[in-house]
Amino acid sequence: MRAFETPLSRAKGLGSAKNGFHHWWQQRITAVVLVPLMLWLGFGIALQAGADLESARAWVAHPVNATLLVTSIIILFYHGAIGVQVVIEDYVHTEGLKAAGILLVHFACFLVAVAGILAVIRIALGS
Amino acid sequence: MRNPNRPLSPHLTVYRMHQLTSLLSVVHRGTGVFITIAALLLVGWLMAMAAGAEAYATFNAIAGHWFGQLVLLGVTFSVAYHLCNGIRHLVWDTGRGFELSAVYRGGYIVVAVSILLTILVWVVAYAGRF
Ligand code: HEM
Repeated sequence: MRAFETPLSRAKGLGSAKNGFHHWWQQRITAVVLVPLMLWLGFGIALQAGADLESARAWVAHPVNATLLVTSIIILFYHGAIGVQVVIEDYVHTEGLKAAGILLVHFACFLVAVAGILAVIRIALGS
Repeated sequence: MRNPNRPLSPHLTVYRMHQLTSLLSVVHRGTGVFITIAALLLVGWLMAMAAGAEAYATFNAIAGHWFGQLVLLGVTFSVAYHLCNGIRHLVWDTGRGFELSAVYRGGYIVVAVSILLTILVWVVAYAGRF
């Protein structure tokens, strides 16, 4: 029956990645943004390493830091989730297991990201 | 159409891993997965801070233990390496830097800068304590 498909619909069903280009592109966009974010985060955390609770909280609660922290968390876990998805797509050959693994990774990353964002908000609001 | 046994990239078993090129490539993948897991530590730090003095003290005790410090050193280097090598990936994506000599030179630069960045972050971290 493939002979009756248009070239486009045939092409859409081919390949192992399905929505590969979309994720490929997002992986690059997030990577570019992560370069300054991770440098900021790395040195920012280093400066707070082992600090007492009050000063660590004050650093997180600062509007600029709180904004950048939430931004970092969102972009980092998104980049990580689609990155691990690519790894699963490359090494897991069973379709069902592959789908389950990808779902689990995305859900876990989403959950942890939400927990991190909530923590920043709680600290910023001083509650 | 489906052949579950078709070769999928990257074919880890067909490479000779004593080549710098393929080694650095698989390390990019390894660090990527590792720091996705390690990002839990960032969230744990923030959650402990939000929870209060007791949780925060517990977190700092674990992170400050020599084994915790060793893990954090590994995380720092992994992020530094993934960042530097990620930039190299982005350059490759523009179609540049594929000459073998450039690939090798880039590889050595990435490793050197990663080590330098790691040292710098840890100097900053420890400088605050003295
Ligand atoms: C610091 C700046 C970062 C840059 C420049 C960067 C760059 C990249 C690039 C270009 C890729 C695609 C590599 C390929 O085509 O094979 C990639 C993959 C990946 N990244 Fe990042 N990344 C960064 C940070 C992060 C962080 C913070 C995480 C963890 C949350 C992460 C996790 C991953 C994972 C899991 C992959 C998939 C590995 C693979 O497919 O081989 N990256 N990164």
